[in-house]
Amino acid sequence: MSNYLKDRESQILTKGNDAAEISCDKKSLAGSVSQRACVFCGSRVVLYPIADALHVIHGPVGCASYTWDIRGSLSSGPQLHRLSFTTDLKERDVVFGGEKKLYHALIELIDKHQPKAAFVFSTCIIGVIGDDVEAVCRKVTKEKGIDVIPVMSEGFNGTKKDGYKIACGALSKLVGTNNDYEAPKYSINILGDFNLAGELWILAEYYKKLGVEIISCMTGDGRVEQIRRAHKASLNVVQCSGSIMHLAKEMKEKYDIPFMKVSYFGIEDMSEALYEVAKFFKDDEMLAKARELVTNEISKLLPALQPYRQKLEGKKAAIYVGGAFKAISLVKALRLLGMKTVVVGSQTGNAEDYKLLKDLCDEGTIIVDDSNPNELSEFVKLTGANLFIGGVKERPIAHKLGLGFCDHNHERKEALAGYVGMMNFAKEVYASVTSPVWKFVK
Amino acid sequence: MFELNSVPKAKENYKATQNACKLCSPLGASVAFKGFKGCVPLIHGSQGCATYIRRYLISHYKEPIDIASSNFTEDATIFGGDENFKMAVLNIINQYKPEIIGIASTCLSETIGDDVSLFVHHFLDKHPDVKTDFVMASTPSYQGTHIDGFHEAVSSVVKRYAQKGLSQDHVNLFPGFVSTEDLRLLKEIMADFSLEHIMMPDYSESLDNPVWDTYHRIPEGGTAKEDVVKSGSAKASIEFGTILNKGKLSGRVKSNKLSRTGAQFLKNEMDVPLVNMPMPIGITQTDAFFEELKTLSGNDIPEKYTKQRGRLIDAYVDAHKYTFGKRAVVYGEEDFVVAMAAFLDEIGIELALVATGGESGMLEAEIKKYCPENKDKVVVREGYDFESIREWSLENKPDILIGHSKGYYIARELNIPIVRVGFPVHDRVGGQRIKHLGYSGTQELFDKVVNALIEQKQSNSPVGYKYM
Repeated sequence: MSNYLKDRESQILTKGNDAAEISCDKKSLAGSVSQRACVFCGSRVVLYPIADALHVIHGPVGCASYTWDIRGSLSSGPQLHRLSFTTDLKERDVVFGGEKKLYHALIELIDKHQPKAAFVFSTCIIGVIGDDVEAVCRKVTKEKGIDVIPVMSEGFNGTKKDGYKIACGALSKLVGTNNDYEAPKYSINILGDFNLAGELWILAEYYKKLGVEIISCMTGDGRVEQIRRAHKASLNVVQCSGSIMHLAKEMKEKYDIPFMKVSYFGIEDMSEALYEVAKFFKDDEMLAKARELVTNEISKLLPALQPYRQKLEGKKAAIYVGGAFKAISLVKALRLLGMKTVVVGSQTGNAEDYKLLKDLCDEGTIIVDDSNPNELSEFVKLTGANLFIGGVKERPIAHKLGLGFCDHNHERKEALAGYVGMMNFAKEVYASVTSPVWKFVK
Repeated sequence: MFELNSVPKAKENYKATQNACKLCSPLGASVAFKGFKGCVPLIHGSQGCATYIRRYLISHYKEPIDIASSNFTEDATIFGGDENFKMAVLNIINQYKPEIIGIASTCLSETIGDDVSLFVHHFLDKHPDVKTDFVMASTPSYQGTHIDGFHEAVSSVVKRYAQKGLSQDHVNLFPGFVSTEDLRLLKEIMADFSLEHIMMPDYSESLDNPVWDTYHRIPEGGTAKEDVVKSGSAKASIEFGTILNKGKLSGRVKSNKLSRTGAQFLKNEMDVPLVNMPMPIGITQTDAFFEELKTLSGNDIPEKYTKQRGRLIDAYVDAHKYTFGKRAVVYGEEDFVVAMAAFLDEIGIELALVATGGESGMLEAEIKKYCPENKDKVVVREGYDFESIREWSLENKPDILIGHSKGYYIARELNIPIVRVGFPVHDRVGGQRIKHLGYSGTQELFDKVVNALIEQKQSNSPVGYKYM
């Protein structure tokens, strides 16, 4: 792999050719044009879907502008999360400090929008100019009677993953603050679903059929009040483990709530998730309901997928997404469509994820951590992929090189979770791979 | 330490910014750098700055847009970004082999006081064989908006390369932040006038590529540095935009050398005459532009354009009743808003509100200067955000919104049409190809505005109809 930056070689491997384990959990290489963002981004995406909280970005204007209404996280009620609030610091504030602006901004915005809590994100220069954000938050908490939680997410202070951890810390300040709630017998929290295109509502429907109540989802369609009582649940069901595992672990320690890792993408993983939850509650009736649900859904879905599979059989796919756990599900979901994964990578996967991926993938599959446009375009060419699955920044790379593309980003409008999501996935892959436009590209 | 008693009453009417109507300056600098041949932008700051800006631009241009980052660490923030900078530069050179690395600073690097030119010297001392040039733009996001970053980057390239010389026949064209289609149109116009020109920047190719066989690490296109060298010996510079990066430069403690554009630099330092005018949108401003070209080239206006102009006037006449007295909210970047407003003023639209996130302190005067029909009643607001525009609109019930796609939510709430122009257009295809300039661009804008108004009336009509 001599075409790539030398310092990146350990983060790229080809199954069958490279014996070593992939190296990951590293900071992005300066100048490599990583597809990752920063600490702030990690914190912002995790907390973003909490719809009745105020999300204030303390810093100059850019970070707020670029994250305004950025995720397709739907809310069944308030839409406050879709607005962008910032202290919009100017040069004077950098010299004299931004605390006063932050204080006034919080008072103004809380009075205006009546949020249930507020998150205050510190961006890069806040740490440098030494604003005491925590003190401002304490003061406003006292004056306004709502939790105003500092999120110290200065962009330079690690990677996107560190931002996840900081967001989990902010959530854990809310968890456990309402003890009056009586949880039903079978209750769970869903961790790491962000209700993109309403995916949480699909899952909620399944769990309801099993007789399982969702106390809170962190953070899709999130509400402050639900998070406060999340510690009353019997089980944390964790998807997108990279972003929210810290919270699951903390809740295990603090409240003795066990957690399990699941994925809702593809038939296998979706069904597995339902079975695992039913097994956890050791309730035969629930397990029977899960079987019935799964059988029912699969018996409808498999024949419906067949025509798509016929057209897609043997096609090759490249995957580059944020979290590696999602990538694992995608490899399986593609198999169900008869497609082979030839490139797979993620921005934030850990050693365990990559091991799973290596075990799962076929010989010759390129596995990559924290990749960049040059590498991805090389991989695609090298492997002759027909489809790329990724986010906004990968889409033009695929299109430019004449590949189909499936949006698996956080602004997507098509739900991809659950059985209905598998169907949508097949339709989207089919629509892109078999479009007549490609004949003009080659 | 933040103390209770240190908080004064809300002074100087400070309000939080809600849904900003502006972006930060490294974004503008990145776009401008993309308009020079072989240039890779490097944002000297955290990884997120580059990635967010890439994402924002990609969603508009639908193109791969590689912008490198020096990817600050905590150490870099404490001890300075020298090491990160050097590593970034080396990796960019290895991967991209660029002719130019266009460096945009950030709020972080400027606050900790990184001296990027010193870093470049250090780097070149160690790597004397490196052939890549370095151009630096100072673009902390606490100063001005993305437009300031845009002009700062253009100006930094001009300052780096332009050489004074005997006046030649070519002209410089500084188009400002316009669309790729606008740039292509300008090139066509210059060619039709047989005027050799140097356009700075020119991202008409680099941000709007055809499909590729292989990945182009640096897309084709952009103005070559050899041409920028010649900008110092041009017959004249035409610069679109009358506000540019002038004015009080929002929140800037001191005004400094950044307030100069490339064209002004060429005028002051190399005696290249400067013709400064609003972007040519609408008949009046396009006429002014063509008159200049006529003078500079010594050629008559080609018939193609007199015909375009005639057809445009014909269209104005045919549809004048649909636009007359309709109350519009126009928002966006200052110079763009001046040009749009000047066009709308010509067709009988009432400029109910003209708003920008910029804070030059000059917008109101410019609007009044170029909008004679509206000058006595137009409401002009600087430093406005979308929530302010929304609140104003809910109260004042305009008929139409004209601006980029971020205003859509307001149009939706008010159930009025929005005509998407400028940057960004994130919720439609073709945003990068919207033509705004010249007679033909105005024609397209005019049709869009009129049809949006007609469609609104037709959709809300109880019977619907088949003729206008």
